[in-house]
Amino acid sequence: MSLTAKDKAAVKAFWGKVSGKAEDIGTDALSRMLVVYPQTKTYFSHWKDLSPGSAPVRKHGKTVMSGVADAVSKIDDLNAGLLNLSELHAFTLRVDPANFKILAHNILVVLSIMFPEDFSPEVHVAMDKFLAALARALSEKYR
Amino acid sequence: MVEWSDFERATIQDIFSKMEYEVVGPAALSRCLVVYPWTQRYFGNFGNLYNAAAIIANPLVAKHGTTILHGLDRAVKNMDDIKATYAELSVLHSEKLHVDPDNFKLLSDCLTIVVAAKLGKDFTGDVQAAFQKFLAVVVSSLGRQYH
Repeated sequence: MSLTAKDKAAVKAFWGKVSGKAEDIGTDALSRMLVVYPQTKTYFSHWKDLSPGSAPVRKHGKTVMSGVADAVSKIDDLNAGLLNLSELHAFTLRVDPANFKILAHNILVVLSIMFPEDFSPEVHVAMDKFLAALARALSEKYR
Repeated sequence: MVEWSDFERATIQDIFSKMEYEVVGPAALSRCLVVYPWTQRYFGNFGNLYNAAAIIANPLVAKHGTTILHGLDRAVKNMDDIKATYAELSVLHSEKLHVDPDNFKLLSDCLTIVVAAKLGKDFTGDVQAAFQKFLAVVVSSLGRQYH
């Protein structure tokens, strides 16, 4: 299920429309993830405040979304482009890759809420494929 | 037995009391057929599913989407025994329709996204948690009678 030229074009076009709100998207997606999938909180036991929209959640949401922005710019070779991030996730963070799917789902929910007109089924499938490819690239170095 | 908080019960009743079945049902099913194209395998006799535009405009898809969404009404009315409520439908999906139960999760994810778009900021994290918990129980019950 690799990204077709059509998928890449759709992702770039949609990202162009939404990137201005990247921080809000990241904050809301992360906040939702922590509420709807409480097991994900186990990765953030070092944060003072895990409540929706808190300072650490906002800061981290911004970090995650700049990773997504980076991935959009490297969409033609995600594995090579995200090598450093993959090593980080594999050796330092060691986030169980199942959680990438969970965060991706919450990003899609937020996109649907914030951009109901633009988040058509075609954009949805392209973004879903893109986030899955991103997750695969992030898991590259795990084993 | 599934434990429901007062908030969860109220949230589910509220969402479905305001549900526009003829809009949300078709939107969720057509989205599922576009985003997860392998689900089209169950709709061979629905005519033109060749591309997203065709799927979205297909009247059989729309009709069936509405039917499926109304199928959730039984669970909404019987939240304390969804498993028993759907035993028969589970057998139907297994024995007669031969639907891979993984598909139920795919449709429920699309339904979540459509309802999120409809409710906008009212679809808070807590509302999302309640809605997804409800759908997870439905999905589990529908897969229960497979063997």
